[in-house]
Amino acid sequence: MLVESIMIALEGLKANKLRSILTMLGIIIGVGAVIAMVSIGMGVRDKVQSSIAGLGSNLLIVSPGAASQGGSRQAAGSGITLTAKDATAIARQVQGVTLVAPMVSRQYQIVYGNQNWTTSVQGTTPEYLDIRNFTVEEGGFFTSQDSEARARVAVLGKTTADNLFSGVSPVGKTIRINKAPFRVVGVLGSKGQSAGGMDQDDVILVPITTAQERLLGITYVQNINIQAASSETIDQVQEDVTSLLRQRHNLAANVPDDFRVQNMVAVMATATEATDTITLLLGVIAAISLLVGGIGIMNIMLVSVTERTREIGIRKALGARYGNILLQFLIEAIVIGVVGGLMGIGLGVGASYIISAVAGWNTVISSLAIVTAFGFSVLIGLFFGIYPARKAALLDPIDALRYE
Amino acid sequence: MEAISLSDIKKIYQMGDNVVHALDGVSLAIAGGEFTAIMGPSGSGKSTLMNILGCLDRPTSGSYRLDGQEVATLSDDELAVTRNKKIGFVFQSFNLLPRMSALQNVALPLVYAGVEKAERIVRASRSLAMVGLDTRMDHRPNELSGGQRQRVAIARALVNDPTIVMADEPTGNLDTKSSNEVMEIFRQLNAQGRTIVLVTHEPDIAENARRVVTVRDGQIVRDERKAG
Ligand SMILES: Nc1ncnc2c1ncn2[C@@H]1O[C@H](COP(=O)(O)OP(=O)(O)OP(=O)(O)O)[C@@H](O)[C@H]1O
Ligand SMILES: [Mg+2]
Repeated sequence: MLVESIMIALEGLKANKLRSILTMLGIIIGVGAVIAMVSIGMGVRDKVQSSIAGLGSNLLIVSPGAASQGGSRQAAGSGITLTAKDATAIARQVQGVTLVAPMVSRQYQIVYGNQNWTTSVQGTTPEYLDIRNFTVEEGGFFTSQDSEARARVAVLGKTTADNLFSGVSPVGKTIRINKAPFRVVGVLGSKGQSAGGMDQDDVILVPITTAQERLLGITYVQNINIQAASSETIDQVQEDVTSLLRQRHNLAANVPDDFRVQNMVAVMATATEATDTITLLLGVIAAISLLVGGIGIMNIMLVSVTERTREIGIRKALGARYGNILLQFLIEAIVIGVVGGLMGIGLGVGASYIISAVAGWNTVISSLAIVTAFGFSVLIGLFFGIYPARKAALLDPIDALRYE
Repeated sequence: MEAISLSDIKKIYQMGDNVVHALDGVSLAIAGGEFTAIMGPSGSGKSTLMNILGCLDRPTSGSYRLDGQEVATLSDDELAVTRNKKIGFVFQSFNLLPRMSALQNVALPLVYAGVEKAERIVRASRSLAMVGLDTRMDHRPNELSGGQRQRVAIARALVNDPTIVMADEPTGNLDTKSSNEVMEIFRQLNAQGRTIVLVTHEPDIAENARRVVTVRDGQIVRDERKAG
């Protein structure tokens, strides 16, 4: 009987091809939108995760000033609490720390020949290269001897190099940072954009001592990058760094920290959570269109029942029972859901590919989204089909036969 | 035992303030194998009576026993099974499904009887052959003449081998020649032992029946049996 009902339902749909397809369109678009939206959301999440990971793995960043708690920021002068000695102490005394790199930075105008370019000049130590997963593409990196000697040497990020030296190798050339001459010793490999959309290649690295004394004229550092040995120990390292710095800064127990230790693993978790929320939101909005598609099914099924009242009357007169008619119309609705769902999957997957190809967005097609959206489209066919199907099945045979 | 037994059947339609007594106390007994014609002027209640006899409609009051079974106690689904198995109903307006071929139309009652597809085709073809339409099996209703359509409808009524065949003005839309062909089929069916009840306006159609029941204003006013 089930096979029979499916055949009858398919015949019914075939008899009204255009209408069946238009009805399906609601489901096709709904399912397609869910899949496309979720894959965009997942793509954003993947991109954010990989660019946070690209920042350096198991990274802690110590910056001066208290964590802004309760909205109260620390008083002026709090930007000068960290020193290079703090960095050295962390490297020496905290267990589970692999690399430490203090840093200072400021925007300067860089001049080479008649070219100029304004970029962030960052003073740091050679460890920074490994912490941030930078590679040297050309030439070399400055050494700790350069640091001690406050040497005027610089390593250019790819973007900076391209903008100052079009086509020429920068290594060995002299550039001017804030009018002071620096010798270029190397060029970094490209890293692309960061999570925030910043160009990570638009930098110049110089020894930290050179930057502090010859450029900025300061003795403190602006932050300290710390790489922990593993993600399991990073929380412990964070605690140890905090207590070491409190001790070094002679902070009494009731005084708040005059620095802030940011755990990038935690930042990653927060970012992932945020992108998950975005994905959910996009998915829900798309799911609403799926629901609208379902209402479309109900609408058309009701029209179809009214239109086919006479047919229902004839079938009932010939011995069709309640269940036969119910099944016939329910299956029509479910078939719309199933076929629409399958085509919607095609549309969603196709749209995801096109979006990533055309807009350059990262998209990740999720099989969970596909299965869920498809399952929902079938359920929607069932749910919105029940009322019209019941209406048809409850028709009185003689009333239905009299219907004009 | 009577195949059909009606006692004091009433069918009342309430149209606002207007109450229509379409059937006003009809009692009638029809024995198995009888050929009965129901006559009467337009609006007298013939179709109403036929629909009740065919289990398509329920009376407002009164008792209807079909093969000894009180119909009022049957559920809607049980009525559907009764229509499917016991009764072959031929409508005045054919009531064929336009999108289906003659064969599919004829096979439709078998679908609801749960008969296998191969068997359905065999039986539907046989039924169509019985009404002389075995060469038109793949035609759709709109590709057939009125007489042919009526014969398809009769073939459909016969396909599940019912003991009672009911027809509401089966020749109402047909010319004399087609009418005669159709009536010939009914005579044969009666000769096979089936109970036939048909409604007609025309006295010469009623001639085919051995019993003529006349209805007027929802009541039976005459009930004649031909001798022999
Ligand atoms: N659904 C209905 N609602 C209200 N009144 C109805 C309904 N069906 C029939 N009637 C009334 O019942 C009466 C009998 O109708 P019925 O159709 O049985 O007549 P009939 O004898 O078959 O007439 P005809 O020979 O013209 O077919 C008529 O007065 C009709 O108006
Ligand atoms: Mg009538």
